[in-house]
Amino acid sequence: MEKKFVSIPKSKTPLTKEDFISDQIVKWCPGCGGHAILSSVAKAFPNTGYKKENIVLVSGIGCSSRFPYYVNTYGFHSIHGRANAIASGVKIFNPSLSVWVNTGDGDSMAIGGNHFIHTIRRNIDVNILMFNNQIYGLTKGQFSPTTPKGTATKTSPFGTIEQPFNPGELVIGSQGTFFARAVDTNPKLMTEVVEEATKHDGTSVVEVLENCIIFHDKAHDAITSKENRGNAQLILKHGEPMVFGTDQNRGIRYNPGKGGLEVVTIGINGITIKDILVHDQYAKDPGIHLMLAKMQLPEFPVALGVIRSAAFPTYNELFELQMYEEKKSSKIKCVDDLLNSGDTWEIN
Amino acid sequence: MTNKPNSIQQKENLVVKFVGDSGDGMQLIGTLFSDASALAGNDLATFPDFPAEIRAPHNTIPGVSGFQVHIGQTKIYTPGDLCDVLITMNPASLKSNLKWAKKGATLIVNESTFEDDAIAKAGYAVNPLTDGSLKDYHLVAAPITLLTKKACEEFGIDLKTIDRSKNMFALGMLCFITGRGVEHIFHLFDKKFIEKPKIKEINKTVFRAGYNYAETSEVVESIIDVPPAGSTLEKGRYRNVTGNVATAWGLLAAAEKSGRPLFLGSYPITPATEILYELALHKSLGARVFQAEDEIAGICSAIGASFAGAMACTTTSGPGLSLKSEALGLAVMTELPLVVVNVQRAGPSTGIPTKSEQSDLNQALFGRNGEAPLVVMSASSPSDCFYAAFEAARIAMETMTPVILLSDGYIGFGSELFKIPKMASLPKIHPPIAAANDPNYKPYNRDPETLIRQWAIPGTEGLRHRIGGLEKEDGIGNVSSDPLNHQKMVTLRRDKVQKIAERIPLQSVVGEETGDLLVVSWGGTRGATLKAVQEMQAQGKKVSLAHFSHIMPLPKNTEKLLSSFKKIIVPELNDGQFVNYLRMKFPHIPLSQYNKVQGLPFTVSELTEQFIKIMEVK
Repeated sequence: MEKKFVSIPKSKTPLTKEDFISDQIVKWCPGCGGHAILSSVAKAFPNTGYKKENIVLVSGIGCSSRFPYYVNTYGFHSIHGRANAIASGVKIFNPSLSVWVNTGDGDSMAIGGNHFIHTIRRNIDVNILMFNNQIYGLTKGQFSPTTPKGTATKTSPFGTIEQPFNPGELVIGSQGTFFARAVDTNPKLMTEVVEEATKHDGTSVVEVLENCIIFHDKAHDAITSKENRGNAQLILKHGEPMVFGTDQNRGIRYNPGKGGLEVVTIGINGITIKDILVHDQYAKDPGIHLMLAKMQLPEFPVALGVIRSAAFPTYNELFELQMYEEKKSSKIKCVDDLLNSGDTWEIN
Repeated sequence: MTNKPNSIQQKENLVVKFVGDSGDGMQLIGTLFSDASALAGNDLATFPDFPAEIRAPHNTIPGVSGFQVHIGQTKIYTPGDLCDVLITMNPASLKSNLKWAKKGATLIVNESTFEDDAIAKAGYAVNPLTDGSLKDYHLVAAPITLLTKKACEEFGIDLKTIDRSKNMFALGMLCFITGRGVEHIFHLFDKKFIEKPKIKEINKTVFRAGYNYAETSEVVESIIDVPPAGSTLEKGRYRNVTGNVATAWGLLAAAEKSGRPLFLGSYPITPATEILYELALHKSLGARVFQAEDEIAGICSAIGASFAGAMACTTTSGPGLSLKSEALGLAVMTELPLVVVNVQRAGPSTGIPTKSEQSDLNQALFGRNGEAPLVVMSASSPSDCFYAAFEAARIAMETMTPVILLSDGYIGFGSELFKIPKMASLPKIHPPIAAANDPNYKPYNRDPETLIRQWAIPGTEGLRHRIGGLEKEDGIGNVSSDPLNHQKMVTLRRDKVQKIAERIPLQSVVGEETGDLLVVSWGGTRGATLKAVQEMQAQGKKVSLAHFSHIMPLPKNTEKLLSSFKKIIVPELNDGQFVNYLRMKFPHIPLSQYNKVQGLPFTVSELTEQFIKIMEVK
């Protein structure tokens, strides 16, 4: 695709994490996952090489959406659910900006669901960091579209009766070209994933499983706690077999008979490392990516890292290409030309 | 083809209405006749009148589609009250439109469609062409469908194509009756059907057949000739333009004059979509157009683009403006330039989408949470849409304030002659863009006189900053919930908008600045109020017109002006929104009102009647 039309200026001098820390007091609760995410992102930004003036953070409403205040770039803290639409406008107007969306499970999948799926569908080149704490934190603890079924909250005193969204499934269902999952307890992985998101052309969605210490503490404990994480996490690496477990002897295999994935143990029933699926994050077909995104405890480990990073033309590249072609071929070069085009006549 | 009429009757102006089933091509021949009249030098105003349904059931009254044009040797202000010529293609269109024909009007009727079932579907008990009920009109009943079929024999084409060409037969008859030479029509055919040579030839043949039929069967005693407007129009280059297209062009002109490329975020909605169509065509002018997933994304993408330095706009109609309310508050809070064009339609809710009204004024003025003042303006005619859009964009960008521009379906769909301006004659627009690396830049630092903040555009070195919908500390722009700061910021935002009155012209008056009656109108009713006032002035009455374009803030001389007349009447196509706004602002000034909410424009005659009535009240 015509990448020549879209490029983001690079910084002439190397930048550090400190260049991206703003002078604002961080107002998240002590112990909130947001602190770790902020630190990981501030570490990832210098590695993008972009000029700091060319980075724009856009957020909606919710705890996640205070993020732009704490990063020393251009920032826009907008209204509930609309960050993806605002970010789309920023990027379409000026593709030489690196545009980031800071959002949450409620902001992007409840009130802002429409903008979320359409931004992804269009493949607009923005990076969406979605903090998924499975609860409405800023409004003090109502269930969100990702709250597990049956959870009792203030607005579901008898337990929720709704099926929650799996964000990865929603992203891939919206024809998403990039989806990654990280956890707030693993800052190193988060930095890596954010850098991968930057490299991807098109909409990238990074879901961060984030702990809300006040309203949904330990929501992700089954995945992230020290005692669980060995067997509950599959950390994907492109080109490597999908092996996990405290003893690194378990793996994911595609079972054609079942038409899906299954967990197997290497060394049992004749299973060898050759039976284990090798991760191809760049596969264009989303089939395996969708299966990976949907893996849930207890049957499966939860997939972390870059699940999908498929190369498709971005909205912005195609947009710039049309602009370029039209500017080259149209006879209308200025508004005077436009006003005098078509049928006109002189009255003397 | 030469005209050999019995006689020629010259008329200063002529109103023609084209009505038929949706799909009969009434909009097309209406537009062709208008454009041909414009090319022949007439002034004109048009108004299409069609149902919301794309194809309502055949031969029913809800399926009737119409187009009205008023052409003149003199200045034309409205599409006309009643028509002199009514072209009607089926019984339903005759039934629903006869009331819009003057007594004695020429009725060109497609007799072929007056069959029993169609007559019954239209609600006639007997055939109106034969029962004598049309004796007060000059009835020209022609078997148009049949004659079109005959004319098409040489082409060997299917019945559907033939049926679609019958509108051209009617157009041919009309052009004979109105003394329009064929050259302008054929010139338009050549352009319109450039890629369909066969259709062009069929249309030309059918048109000629209609023209010749009218001539040889002597359907009229005399040809009605409306001479060119010539000296009554200002010298210059002209074209015909609809309000929606003119709005798009005004926005493009403002982008060019400001050096800020245009961004439009919009979602399709009747009757505003044509602005989106037009802007989508002009990528060569740098217009960045985004069809969003909904109204909210339309305005939000525009706000994002505005933050990024665009001349940003969003276009909509009433229900869409409702959806945009919260985001408008964000634009007020972040003090970003934004133009919101609302092409009003009959409401509330979905209302009557294709019918016009002025009932979104309250929504524009007050429809947001919190104290959220912004600029409200209006456009008054199709060609004025160009200048109104330019002015809205100029104010938005120079004052870092969202502006709502109220147009309406009547002027948005309607067209009139437009004297083409030279871009060099339009003022340059100066947005307050912050300089790179300005050590004193703070997001909410303001010009001490105008209270306007600066525009710091992402990508610019040394100006990184954060803005948002939370209340901000004056100057520095940090999030603040301090009580006194909030009070101060509310006052600053209010005063900034009020001070925009310094940048807009004083309210002008048509007629004397004092007198017996002042007619106060705004928006798309200008053609009708102006014509009514001019007629009364010609009769020696002391009537003047103040037609407002600027509503929030009002021009500085508004109170003085309103205090200079014995009586004031405010006619509006709503239940009294502007009049109540004026009452709120100037409670000591007595104001009368005249309101119509029928989805129809004012007629000049009803206004004149109302104005005379109020003058006679002791």
